[in-house]
Amino acid sequence: MNGLAVLIPIALGLGLLGLAAFFWSLRRGQFDDLDGAALRIFVEDEEETAP
Amino acid sequence: MTAAALIERDFAVPDIRCAGCIAKLEQGLVRDRRIASARVNFTEKRVHLACVSDAEMPDLIGAFTTLGFEAHPIGDALGDADPAAAGSRELLRAVAVAGFAMMNIMLLSVSVWSGASGATRDLFHWLSAMIALPTIAYAGRPFFRSAWRALRHRQTNMDVPISIGVLLASALSLYETATHGPHAYFDGAVMLLFFLLCGRWLDSVMRDRARGGITALLRNMGTGAMVLGANGKTRWIDATALEPGMVMLVAAGERLAADGAVVRGSSRLDLSLLTGESAPQLVHPDARVHAGTLNLDAPVEVKVSAVGADTALADIARLMGEAAQGKSRYVRIADRAARLYAPAVHALALLAFVGWMVVGAGWHHSLLIAVAVLIITCPCALGLAVPAAQIVAAGELMRAGVLVKDGSALERLAEVDQAMIDKTGTLTLGRPEVRDLERLDAHVQSLALALAQASRHPLSEALTRGLQALDVARADVHSIRETPGFGVEAKWGDHVVTLGRPSDPIKGDALATQLSIDGALVATIRFADRLRPDARAAIDALRSDGIDVSILSGDRAAAVAPVARELAMTAQTGMSPQDKLAALARQSVTHKVLMIGDGLNDGPALAAGHASMAPGSASDVGKNASDCIFLGDRLMPIVATLRMARRTQAIVRQNFALAIGYNVVAVPLAFLGYVTPLVAALAMSGSSLLVVGNAMRLKRAIR
Repeated sequence: MNGLAVLIPIALGLGLLGLAAFFWSLRRGQFDDLDGAALRIFVEDEEETAP
Repeated sequence: MTAAALIERDFAVPDIRCAGCIAKLEQGLVRDRRIASARVNFTEKRVHLACVSDAEMPDLIGAFTTLGFEAHPIGDALGDADPAAAGSRELLRAVAVAGFAMMNIMLLSVSVWSGASGATRDLFHWLSAMIALPTIAYAGRPFFRSAWRALRHRQTNMDVPISIGVLLASALSLYETATHGPHAYFDGAVMLLFFLLCGRWLDSVMRDRARGGITALLRNMGTGAMVLGANGKTRWIDATALEPGMVMLVAAGERLAADGAVVRGSSRLDLSLLTGESAPQLVHPDARVHAGTLNLDAPVEVKVSAVGADTALADIARLMGEAAQGKSRYVRIADRAARLYAPAVHALALLAFVGWMVVGAGWHHSLLIAVAVLIITCPCALGLAVPAAQIVAAGELMRAGVLVKDGSALERLAEVDQAMIDKTGTLTLGRPEVRDLERLDAHVQSLALALAQASRHPLSEALTRGLQALDVARADVHSIRETPGFGVEAKWGDHVVTLGRPSDPIKGDALATQLSIDGALVATIRFADRLRPDARAAIDALRSDGIDVSILSGDRAAAVAPVARELAMTAQTGMSPQDKLAALARQSVTHKVLMIGDGLNDGPALAAGHASMAPGSASDVGKNASDCIFLGDRLMPIVATLRMARRTQAIVRQNFALAIGYNVVAVPLAFLGYVTPLVAALAMSGSSLLVVGNAMRLKRAIR
């Protein structure tokens, strides 16, 4: 029973952390362009030529 | 350059297809000094620019053009503010909350099922209640709201049994918890919400995706015109800011942004989007011209007479408003099922309660069994059955170049048994195509290509397209010069070559251009609209699928006849928008009619049809009015869409059958009191997985 008092808050806390992370990423627009995100890995960064 | 001077603008760029395009646009656009940053949204085919505030719209579009992309400005820069996207974001948030709660409650429930008892069980039940009640209050809102709306109008829909089931289950579980009872259904109630929210969210994602695609296609949004100022200077004015009395300078190849009268210059206008007529119309000073028509030949100055709601479009818009009312009365299959389902479910639960009371089980035990019946029969699989199948189908169709606006469109497309098709722009390509190019000599071909490439005139572009398809090499010419209204001139060795307007009017009203070397006529190149390449095959396929096809055209009988003959279709010609609407209404009495059209004149008929489709080249009105848009030059996607719609409907019916079969097994068990929370949870997730799995079979159904 004592173990539960520690484990349950930890489990709930971690779950809430995941939920908060999801909301954060949703608000930051990370789900706005899912197909684009998959393709961007192929985009090569341009060399900095400008001073 | 200070950051404060930057303004943000959105552009729809339909041609973004690969990672290369993203790189090219994002890195290429910022080389333009007026553009500070560019960000591509691939999913919605949009580019978001931050540019200096005095950058003119044509310059920005020019920046896209130099990179080889066609861009269309999108009305307001704040595209995120639209309510539909906010709605699906709200749903996603509810899905996330319900998912989080479901997992945690399930964790606690598993311990209860596996034998926790006494104080531990009570603790777990209380914890579950603490997680479940706020979740139900938050994530259940879409259902409660819609159920309340339906009840207030004395109707019932899918959400009524859902809301009653969830509320009753949580109330009873709370009582169980408080009285140290063994069964709490918090897990069932939250799981139900989670699955149903997934269905809702899928449905709204599907609508969003199609809407994004369609926004990218709407090219007349936020257009404008070069307006001649008092001091002879020109400036760019958005279509919404145009006022009567202004004089627009309309270049060849541009669409008119407002109705008006020609004040200077003469040209020919392509009316095909407006009236369906394929032959261009000659306009001289004082001629009345309409918004949406394409200037073909030479620049003209047009005095604006009416804008926005006052244009000739307003009449068509009014007709469309009336025509669309019929469609809004359509009841979706899930709601039709719910009309039968909801009373049956409530009757069953009531019966269970009364039955056990009569046997003398006591109200507490009887209520527990009634709640178990409600939870088991809750249309969990039904709520997923339809959207899951439809989103898979819409995704497949999108990959094949067809945008379906929403799930109801797929349902209506599946019921269609007759098709009425517009000619200009739908059966035909709706743009001038070069005829008999192969007959020209090789050097003439290469000269024509070199000159045509230098011009943005619609005929030059058609010629370029035709010649490039033949793999013609470009001749080596220099000092190219374009004279608006006349043509292109260049030096080829010591010869002067010109490509331009025929010196004397060609017989008939066909479009043509002439190539001369040193003033001597070498070749006359004619243009004509032609049938889409697979028109015959597509029409035959429609017939073999049991769909009657006929032509409804605004064009003259003489122009329609050859097309009708080639496709062996019956045709009605010379029809006004009202005529088309009336013809459709006559057929709608006995048939479910699919209207396929592209022009403004098809708008009312598209809105009135049981279902409607438009090609990607259609007018904005046509694209807005239709359920479904197919991209590209081929007609075969129409056939694929109808077949896919029918298959989807078949899968939806199978899913219904599965859900009903599951109820037939589970309801007697619930009736007898064998359904504990554990059984309910297993049955619910099992049936949902089955239904989603069945929907997945639609993947790759097109190929």
